[in-house]
Formats: sequence, C-alpha cells, structure tokens
Amino acid sequence: MNSRDAIIAEIPRLRRYARALTGRVDAADDLVQETLQRALEKWRLWQRSRDLRPWLFSIMHNLHVDGRRRDSRIDFCADEDLPVAVQRASQQDALELRDLERALALLPPDQREVLLLVGLEELSYAEVARALNIPQGTVMSRLSRARLRLKAILAGEAAPILKVVST
Amino acid sequence: MNAPISEDDLHAWADGQLDPARLMQVETWLAAHPERRAQAEEWRAQSARLHRTYDRVLDEAVPARLIPAANANRWLDARKFAAVAWLCLGAITGFFLRGETAPAPGPGLAVNSLPRQAAIAHAVFVPEVRHPVEVGADQEAHLIAWLSKRLGAPLQPPHLEEVGYRLVGGRLLPGDSGEVAQFMYEDAERKRLTLYVRPAAPKAADTSFRYARENGIDVFYWTDSRFGYALSGNTGREDMLRLATLVFQQHDK
Repeated sequence: MNSRDAIIAEIPRLRRYARALTGRVDAADDLVQETLQRALEKWRLWQRSRDLRPWLFSIMHNLHVDGRRRDSRIDFCADEDLPVAVQRASQQDALELRDLERALALLPPDQREVLLLVGLEELSYAEVARALNIPQGTVMSRLSRARLRLKAILAGEAAPILKVVST
Repeated sequence: MNAPISEDDLHAWADGQLDPARLMQVETWLAAHPERRAQAEEWRAQSARLHRTYDRVLDEAVPARLIPAANANRWLDARKFAAVAWLCLGAITGFFLRGETAPAPGPGLAVNSLPRQAAIAHAVFVPEVRHPVEVGADQEAHLIAWLSKRLGAPLQPPHLEEVGYRLVGGRLLPGDSGEVAQFMYEDAERKRLTLYVRPAAPKAADTSFRYARENGIDVFYWTDSRFGYALSGNTGREDMLRLATLVFQQHDK
C-alpha cells in the first residue's frame, strides 16, 4: 500500500475524531477534507519513521487551531446540525449523545483534543505529544484536567464556562 | 524497579498503556486503594462512552466529496481506487498464502508465526459484514463436529457469554501444516474477537502464555498438548488478557 492509499484508509478514523472534536457533521467533514488535501500535498515530506495516523492527526490539529483563530465564535451544536445517526438511534442513545456532545463542547479545546486522541483514538501518550507538538508532561496534565472536568460536567456539577451575565 | 505509583500510572492503567511489569505493580497497588481504582475505572468508562457515541461514524459511508478531495492532485478516480483496493486484497492474500507454501520454519519460528498468522486471519475476516464465518453459531453442533473432524481432535469453542461475547461461528483455514480453525465472537457493540486454533506441533511442550502485538492487533497465544491457540482482538491489552485467561482456563480443564 502506498502512502496515498494508506491516507484514504484513515478517512473513517479522521471523520470520527473530527466529529467528536467539532460536534458538527459538516464542519467535521470540512476539516477532514482540508486535512486530506494538506496531507496529499505534503505526503512526500512524510517521514516513514513516523506513523501515518499521528501525522494526520497533527495536520488536523493545526488546521483546527487555524480555524479556531479565524472563526472564534463558540462551538455550539445547533439541533439541525446533530448527526443524522441520532435520528435512527434510540431515544436513550440520542440523549446520551447529546449530553456527551454538550459536555465535550464545554471542555477547553486543548483538553478536548487530548481526551479524544487518548480515549477515543487510542494514541499512545508519546504519539499525542508528537501530534500536538507539546511535551508529554503537558499531555498528561491536560488529560487529567479533561477527565476531571468531563466528570464534573456530566454530573451537572460544573458551572458552564460561559454564563449569561445580563438578560 | 518499584517506582511509586503516580497519577500518570493510573491514567496509563485506564488507557491500557502500561507495560506488563508495571501493570502488575499498578494492579497490586490498586487492589489496596479501592477509591483510586474507582476513579481510574471511571476514566475508563468515559473512554467507553466516547466509543459508544462516536464509533458509529466509522460505519457511515464516506461522503463522495471527501474522496475527490483526495484526487485533487490528478490522482485516482474512483475506478482506479477500486482497482487499487483489489490489488491490496490480492497482496494481502498473496502474503497470507506465501507463508503457507514456504518451507516449515524451525521450532522457535513456528511458535512465533502463530500470533502473526492469527493476526492476519483476524484482520482479514473481522471487517466482514456479510460473511464473517462459514458456519454460524446457530449450527454450533455441526460446527464443532466439522472442525473437530478436520483438525483431528475434539475441539470446543469457549463460552464467553458471561463477559458479553457471543459466538458468531467459525471457519476452516489453511495453516502452516494443515487445517486451522477460526472462531469469531462479537459483543453488543459489535467488537469482534477471533480464536485461532491449530494442531500443536509434536513435542510442543512449551505451554507458556505469551503476548504479541501485530499491526495493532493484540494477540495472546499458548499451546497445550493438542492445539496452539491465539486470541486476537482490539479491545485493549488488559481486556484481552482477561478474555484470554478465561479461554485458557476453559481449555485447561
């Protein structure tokens, strides 16, 4: 399998991560599309000593950071943007999905990325550090904070990051 | 070396990222610290919930617009992509068959080839949607009789219902030195395990329990007087260790 085929084979994983990261179907696929374009432009630069998957996640991370800078409005999951799959899932599943999506949206993006790369994409801590270009100690501290915060949010204990201060 | 157990160790425990030696130390420590164990289990439950919520994306059809994006550099059209996919399948099959016709390796290599062969067979059949097995679990008696006859000794697929895995069925495969059986199991989240069983080489006295990681697949393997067994899966090493122990105990009776 050459690098290009290998990149294609990663599309479902990239879509899963992007969906969880952005909480939106279209935004997620836009991000995947940009990531694939960038990867194909740069694939000759891809060092074989590096694993493909962390490399693709690092490209996606950089694009996502750029996107956040460009468009700094708050991620919010509007009902019509919820994945189509929700409508097929049982009501219980739909509630669980929505709770988790909202909880993830309340995590600071840095923490959300680490949590998803470790917990969902099952990258090693060293791979996450490489993909995000941060020291492994920072990976661990973000992971720890993300898990604590997610637990608190899901338990309804955490105050939302943004509060309505005047109505 | 007995470094104190840190919070990083607990995360690594929850994420299945400890090496076996450290894993044992952390397990021992957790047994004495139930409140920290509960915390680490909660982290693990968070990850499981992420999977429950987002794994469905893996099964969605990839939107066409994403494939053309990959074609941007005057690359492959869909038809060529299909051709490449077939070539890859051919290459994998070729590699698989190559191992079978090569001269039998020495005893050390023969043991090592068990996890590799099992992982290849796992990777080939686990993604199958329509034909994961030749004979389904609905014909379990027939399946057992057939595979026992072909492998030349009574063979019993283990029962893993108590840990959430049901038998999907089994198939017969060509192996280094004859027939091999593969049983497939599936849990409620459609995660699949395969148990690869081949007749043991004569004088295979080594019954130790071993672990290998082959292309991202965790394989636990061991040998008894009649068969070599390899359990393959992607559910994380610790989970696989638990499952393999269960299978081992059932065959050891």
